[in-house]
Amino acid sequence: MSTDPMLYLRNGQRAARRDLPWVSVEEFRKQVAHGIGQGARLAALFGMPSREENVLLIAVLADGDSGAFAISSTEVGDSYPAITPDCPQAHWFEREIAEQWGVLPEGHPWLKPIRFHRAVRPGRDAWGRAADAPFAPGVTDFFRVEGEEIHEVAVGPVHAGVIEPGHFRFQCHGERVFHLEVALGYQHRGIERALLTQPCSRFLPYVETLAGDTTIGHTTAYCQLIEALADCTVPARAEMIRGLALELERLANHVGDLGALAGDVGYLPTLSFCGRLRGEFLNMTASICGSRFGRSLVRPGGVCFDVEPSRAEELLARLEKVMRDVTGAVNLLWETPSALARFEDIGVVSRHMAAELGLVGLAARASGLERDARFDFPTGIFRMAQIPVSTWQSGDVFARAWVRWLEIQRSAAFIGEQLRSLPDGPLRCTCTASAPDSLVVSMVEGWRGEICHVAMTDSTGQLAHYKIVDPSFHNWMGLALAMRNQEISDFPLCNKSFNLSYCGHDL
Amino acid sequence: MLKELLERIRQGHRTIPYPVEAPALPDRFRGRPTLPLAPCEPSCRACEAICPTGAVTCPQGKPSLDLGRCLFCADCTTACPTGALSFTVQHRLSVWERQELILGQGTPLTTKKPEDARLRLIRRSLKLRQVSAGGCSACEADINVLGTPGFDLGRFGIQIVASPRHADALLITGPVTENMRLALEKTYRAMPPPRLVVAVGACAISGGPYRDHDTTHNGVAGVLPVDLWIPGCPPHPLTILDGLLKLKGA
Repeated sequence: MSTDPMLYLRNGQRAARRDLPWVSVEEFRKQVAHGIGQGARLAALFGMPSREENVLLIAVLADGDSGAFAISSTEVGDSYPAITPDCPQAHWFEREIAEQWGVLPEGHPWLKPIRFHRAVRPGRDAWGRAADAPFAPGVTDFFRVEGEEIHEVAVGPVHAGVIEPGHFRFQCHGERVFHLEVALGYQHRGIERALLTQPCSRFLPYVETLAGDTTIGHTTAYCQLIEALADCTVPARAEMIRGLALELERLANHVGDLGALAGDVGYLPTLSFCGRLRGEFLNMTASICGSRFGRSLVRPGGVCFDVEPSRAEELLARLEKVMRDVTGAVNLLWETPSALARFEDIGVVSRHMAAELGLVGLAARASGLERDARFDFPTGIFRMAQIPVSTWQSGDVFARAWVRWLEIQRSAAFIGEQLRSLPDGPLRCTCTASAPDSLVVSMVEGWRGEICHVAMTDSTGQLAHYKIVDPSFHNWMGLALAMRNQEISDFPLCNKSFNLSYCGHDL
Repeated sequence: MLKELLERIRQGHRTIPYPVEAPALPDRFRGRPTLPLAPCEPSCRACEAICPTGAVTCPQGKPSLDLGRCLFCADCTTACPTGALSFTVQHRLSVWERQELILGQGTPLTTKKPEDARLRLIRRSLKLRQVSAGGCSACEADINVLGTPGFDLGRFGIQIVASPRHADALLITGPVTENMRLALEKTYRAMPPPRLVVAVGACAISGGPYRDHDTTHNGVAGVLPVDLWIPGCPPHPLTILDGLLKLKGA
């Protein structure tokens, strides 16, 4: 099957908007299906305003083998034939397009709102709801299993722990879960729209809080875009400090998650040790920039805080000490068969399923897929210093825990190496005005998985559109399928093994 | 069992001696800001222009900073041409009245405990229910961390409970998104009175970076009565702990 050429871009490379192919809907669907058939995945599929109230659909395919993004676009009116029937990983994206733009993807097998807000195009609604009709989050159709002894369990939005809100609807037979449906949107703050309407002094707070536990990941993705639009080259020292902070973020979250996973099966020693040790990594970030979550560190053009030789030495000493404790705490878990038995064969996502759904990040790697933006689409320090991609084949809770442990060791080694070889030079360069009529795709491997930001500028260099895809957007469906035929009591364990972001999804 | 004990002995006792001993916070930590004592040049207003949330204002050369809106990004300190604005490492920031968060030149953070019969009931035991109403999960993370052995919230008689029926106080984070408003109100109604409300973080106090979005309610106060305000973005765990101890009267 031959298709029209798409626009090929590297991570963080700027292109002129006029180079973006504009093809027919049929050709667009063929290009997406063909690309995915060739092994690429859908990194983003979104709408933006076009001429005469039409909507421009843009697809960004990520091909890990060539390290390039393939991009194409088409214009649609109020409906178009859905891509999802040929390409399941478009499922969630097309629900988003329907909700945001009031465009109906005809033939979508399960078209429901994902965030529960009104369409951006006034007067349009993919479900034909009146403009003044009240609607509430989570109030929608749910997939139902019927039959004797089938029962439904509804959980959330408010949960028992200190955790973000989301609604889970289980169809069960006794303890066994036939189907789980996830309904989100409770955290919807409207950030994508605000990036186009609010003063630019708010942009950094917005991207720093897209998902509060992934501040460095999202802010780096945003800054890479702005730097590409302004043709600004970030100093090497700043690139390295960004890399350090990104890996510290990964360490803090992975260590905390291993503790929480141990806690979910009642193995308290690892829970207690890791609870404290997670904080040690956050405190290392705070010693660089004053904030445990890396706020105010990454800025367009570089970073705001230096890691001086004395600080680097102190961080090295702390890292070594903390990693000794982490190793001790985590090895307790691997040496306890009763805890491991609760991880093995629970919540399995097969390699085939993970590829079909387009899972990303550690959830994909735990199903045997070699997907890591640091390796496939390297930017910044990762072009110079590579971290091996950690995978495991079994796709179960154990795999998601074990991949975390592999990544913890590799990230700690990376941080050690970088701290010993920080280059001299400035921390930041000036980012001038953005180029007009341009397009950039930026991708960063956050601790959950790939973070994809896409920006377009108008003829004056202002943002014309900004799209954010958090890794959780790809992966929530993975959790739903991991729960098939599991006991409902294993839900907290499966959920923690993915540890997806609610606000990152809801934006 | 033996290997767990050996690891415990190796890692040692790690609970911090707070509040008996002053905590060691990093040198770059941004706690309570200080404002210039001398009047500023009235035409400057550089701090005001750069502040993402309108927390800093400087009318007629008299700077004022609303800690309830402040994201502690410190952009104002770099914008200030005289370097007169700065952040200290003081982590104790919680107050009883919203107005007390607005700092003027030389204003102390007042901490006068209100006369409130409800506060007498929780002096020995305080049960909290937490609701995240549209935040970014950073405030939630720094509340969660109080349960780890490092802080050990339980030793103060404070516990986070699973049901609002068991709770004395509601700990709210996030700007209160429209999509969470009803769930938050229902949680509050499910709590038996007397009950208290604590707003944690800039979002819950003022809407934070999402102030004036049509998707949010600019914080808790428009939805529920607030008893204690804990500013920060997110507040440091010690700032939250200090606030909870203040609520408990310790």
